Amino acid sequence: MLAKRIIPCLDIKDGRTVKGINFENIRDAGDPVELAMYYSQQGADELVFLDITATVEKRKTLVELVKRVASNINIPFTVGGGISSVENAFELLQNGADKISINTAAFKDPDLIHLMAKEFGSQCVVLAIDTKKESDGDWYVYLNGGRLKTETLAYDWAKKGIDLGCGEILLTSMNNDGTKEGFAEDITSLFSKTLAVPIIASGGAGTMDDFADVFIKANADAALAASVFHFGEIKIPELKRFLSLQNISTRS
Amino acid sequence: MTVAIIKYNAGNVQSVLYALQRLGTNAIVTDQVDEITSADKVIFPGVGNAASAMEYLKEKKLDELIVSLKQPLLGICLGLQLLCKSSEEGNTECLGVFDTVVKKFDDNVFQNKNLVPFKIPHMGWNTITGLSSPLMNGVPENSFLYFVHSYYAELSSETIASTDYITQFSAAIHRNNFYGVQFHTEKSGVTGERILSNFLNIE
Repeated sequence: MLAKRIIPCLDIKDGRTVKGINFENIRDAGDPVELAMYYSQQGADELVFLDITATVEKRKTLVELVKRVASNINIPFTVGGGISSVENAFELLQNGADKISINTAAFKDPDLIHLMAKEFGSQCVVLAIDTKKESDGDWYVYLNGGRLKTETLAYDWAKKGIDLGCGEILLTSMNNDGTKEGFAEDITSLFSKTLAVPIIASGGAGTMDDFADVFIKANADAALAASVFHFGEIKIPELKRFLSLQNISTRS
Repeated sequence: MTVAIIKYNAGNVQSVLYALQRLGTNAIVTDQVDEITSADKVIFPGVGNAASAMEYLKEKKLDELIVSLKQPLLGICLGLQLLCKSSEEGNTECLGVFDTVVKKFDDNVFQNKNLVPFKIPHMGWNTITGLSSPLMNGVPENSFLYFVHSYYAELSSETIASTDYITQFSAAIHRNNFYGVQFHTEKSGVTGERILSNFLNIE
């Protein structure tokens, strides 16, 4: 049976992990490769590296990182953050990344999704959508790391993205992100039940129950989290035992 | 031991190279007939589209070369599919080592009574069962492997591992010196490494 995936997310700046990271057994908490190896040994099913570097040196550093990650870990990983062309994506995939996540650049130029899917296959193209539920009850697309609101509904954008060829959607609820009060079940459920590609839920993980809920109630295919893993509040082996006791298929 | 990875337009070779390195084996990535023919083991990886991959293989005459090889060859993902008779992807005639048809997963099939559709591609970790052949030595039944694909090889007498997603399909196949795996051995944790290592140990 296909397992529900648990995906730690690492924020990267200038080749180092940022945001707090705090647990034992890691010699250098800032080294993304060491952290990636740790997570992969712990049973993470996949990893996401989100680059938030703004400098011109960015690409070189990111390619170096991708090489080091790919040579050291034996599970799939996605790279995202400011990737805006087929050439950018090609270089990262050539060096061992499995999937490329695109967000603002795809919204501004939707053809990028189509071009990437044609060149590398849909399975390589993850459409990341940051969304916020407004007072009118609808979920809108936000760009530039959540700083810029658009008038487009997240659901409409997701459908368009799938038509253009994306193979997976990384759905982040800005309302839930950072709250540790659980994933956004309503929008995740809508996406999972009506869209034809796998949905990764993101934003709001606080407890192991939150993961069970997003898999059972919202039918997410995968769940992504950062701080609960980085601070050791939730350990992946325990989380998987907890989920399997509730008959949720996880990779043992 | 020399290992050749076939170079063509649908390779995702870097991850395979890294996985071999972790097992202490270096490989060459090549489309040269003599280098491929003389290698002890040949790996035929692939991510992409069956039709354009076959077109490229024919253009480079790699199609004739691949079917004539006598040493153990491992097709991975699209590599497995290209070893089959034909693929519904672009209605492509493939290499025909296996007398198997590659089909597209049915869409609009539901996972449960809540009408959640099966997602395509089949993406993530799934179990393999009915294991046989030296390729699966030491691999426990129901081990999880990493899959990413929208087309599948049907079950046949040459199936050496099967997986259930929408339907039962061939997760691995074997005929003479030819082996194919639908999952990504290079991305499937220690189980994937075990299978890759088994392949390297096949006489």
